Amino acid sequence: MIPARFDYLRADSLEEACQALASDEDAKVLAGGQSLLPLLRLRLSYPTTLVDIGRLPGLSGVEDRGDHVHIGAMTTHDEVMRSPVVNAACPLVAMATATVADPAVRHRGTFGGSLAHGDPAGDLPAVVLALDGVFVARSERGERDIPAAEFFVDYLESSLRPGEILAGVRIPKLGEGWGYHYEKFHRTAQAWAIVGVAAAVKRSNGAIQEARVGLTNMGSTPLRARAVEAALRGVEVGEQVRPACEAAAEGTSPPADLHAQPDYRRHLAKVLTYRAIGKAAGAP
Amino acid sequence: MPRITITVDGIRYEEDVEPRLLLVHLLRERLGKTGTPIGCDTSNCGACTVMLDGRSAKSCSVLAVQADGCDVVTIEGLGADGSMHPMQRAFHEEHALQCGYCTPGMVMAAIDLLRNDPDPSEETIRHGLEGNLCRCTGYCNIVRAVKRGAQEMGQEVRTS
Repeated sequence: MIPARFDYLRADSLEEACQALASDEDAKVLAGGQSLLPLLRLRLSYPTTLVDIGRLPGLSGVEDRGDHVHIGAMTTHDEVMRSPVVNAACPLVAMATATVADPAVRHRGTFGGSLAHGDPAGDLPAVVLALDGVFVARSERGERDIPAAEFFVDYLESSLRPGEILAGVRIPKLGEGWGYHYEKFHRTAQAWAIVGVAAAVKRSNGAIQEARVGLTNMGSTPLRARAVEAALRGVEVGEQVRPACEAAAEGTSPPADLHAQPDYRRHLAKVLTYRAIGKAAGAP
Repeated sequence: MPRITITVDGIRYEEDVEPRLLLVHLLRERLGKTGTPIGCDTSNCGACTVMLDGRSAKSCSVLAVQADGCDVVTIEGLGADGSMHPMQRAFHEEHALQCGYCTPGMVMAAIDLLRNDPDPSEETIRHGLEGNLCRCTGYCNIVRAVKRGAQEMGQEVRTS
């Protein structure tokens, strides 16, 4: 379908973009457009103005900043998954990004765009949540840090305020001894996750010292499987892992759609968490 | 109405476009590039894939205004002097199509995946074509065609 009418502003500066967004709450940011344009074409969204930040300098690129990696919001998925810095310092991000949609979409879709879009079925929100990323929001008033735990508010809703633009995300480096895996269950290669699990595991002397688990599509926002994280602490990598993963669906409220009912998603969360933890912990 | 400059298959155009005009509609309805079909309306099928500044993109998910100043190559811009591009020829030789609707997008995606791997394995080809659906279920021959096209393109590079 053809989208409904809207005005278009190609911002020449971040300030101009922030101003336009602050003055009209029905204006929307256009980054890569790979989530937004399908919504417009299905007439599920009616913005008054699209503020195109696609050509703003300084919003794109990956930087190693010592204790963390900074990923500019306009960095494309293709750039993220091929970035040597991301692959070395936060491989979970690269792994999950490589499963986003398909190559053509990854050429245009952006890291910040898919996070700000806030779709709990997207792969990156659960990953950034599991890694305790920090979102950097810019507005006319300056810069504000938002911890990942406070960024995702509800379905397609973030804590970005009117007039704020996501400029980048800081991913803390976890350091030595960590293993990672993103386990995604979907019907076709390019489809959204029915359920996805992002896992980071630190091993020490054959036991799990610390585990981080992020859940994709198990509620109206991405979620941390805190009960699993607690149950895994100190557990030997082996038979005790599976019972700990039984808690994966605790505190979730998974959606029902034509792909799966909530009970099936709860079942998937346990199975996929077990697989993700096993692979992240390097279990045979 | 914004005015854009866009190069399509080597020809430069200046067009006044409504912001909501999709790139695929610009190509087909304004510029007559009907070789690029519209498949799904949900950005799943990849039939409308073109090269946008040298990288594959689904032209149904790009606004024409976003492509201002860009270089677009469609399936119609691949061949030279009336002869087919090696990848098109390989699709023909390997019977990699039945109805042909997905073929323009398949060929563009195939050429794109060779940018990162000029001699791709079957697995690389299958992953590289994840965004392109063939509903005649002709994937086996499509994969064979991409392999053959890659070999022929490699030979052309070596001999020229």
